[in-house]
Amino acid sequence: MLSAETVNQALIISLEGELDLHTAPPFKQCIDSHLAKNMALKDLILRMDKIKFIDSSGLGVILGRYKLIEQRGGKLVFVACNPQVQRILKLSGMQKIAYFTDSVKEALSL
Amino acid sequence: MDVKNWVRLEFPSESVNVLFARTAVAVFASQLDLTLEEIEDIKVAVSEAVSNCVIHAYRDTSGSILVECKYTTAELEITVEDFGCGIPDIVQASEAGYTTIPEERMGLGLVFMHELMDHLNIASEVSKGTRVVMTKKIPQSRG
Repeated sequence: MLSAETVNQALIISLEGELDLHTAPPFKQCIDSHLAKNMALKDLILRMDKIKFIDSSGLGVILGRYKLIEQRGGKLVFVACNPQVQRILKLSGMQKIAYFTDSVKEALSL
Repeated sequence: MDVKNWVRLEFPSESVNVLFARTAVAVFASQLDLTLEEIEDIKVAVSEAVSNCVIHAYRDTSGSILVECKYTTAELEITVEDFGCGIPDIVQASEAGYTTIPEERMGLGLVFMHELMDHLNIASEVSKGTRVVMTKKIPQSRG
């Protein structure tokens, strides 16, 4: 349900399924362990095309990771959100702190 | 107005049941002439209400969560009830960004329920529990 790769200073996480209270902890651990292992990582790119659902528990974990990468001067980028997920992200005010792109390539060029 | 159909669910406050609750309510709501977007709104609102029971009402304990859904021709009403610690100050808890767990939570659960449903009512008593009643209007023009 989760896969991770690093490109230069960006951590790219591909998410799948539904991100809620139950599924948020492994997602958090995955990102935190990558960020702890590699201090050069700055940007967090979340591939959202296979995410079908998100609620405030999922958003809370993303916001927590944003605070970590912000300290490193990094960016948070959401890639290819479906319209429902995008709506919830915007309702939470996430567009004020994060970028939204259609592709990873575009996210890496920001 | 006559209740056309109803369902009542009871389950323990395990986080895995948040998915169960929102999916079950969405399947029930799909009997109505709602758009995909409206069904998604309901799923998020139920997810928030049930998550609150797991995280806040039963915090370090566990207990039972009741979800009741019923509809008339005019609206779908969803009740999410717990028998946990209760909310001391509902007005404060309803403020955007207010959370008792600031590290990981955005304080948006109640805000989402307000935004995504047409009506929200919260009744709570400390040490007794909390009842959240949310309604979604069924657009009549779609017949």
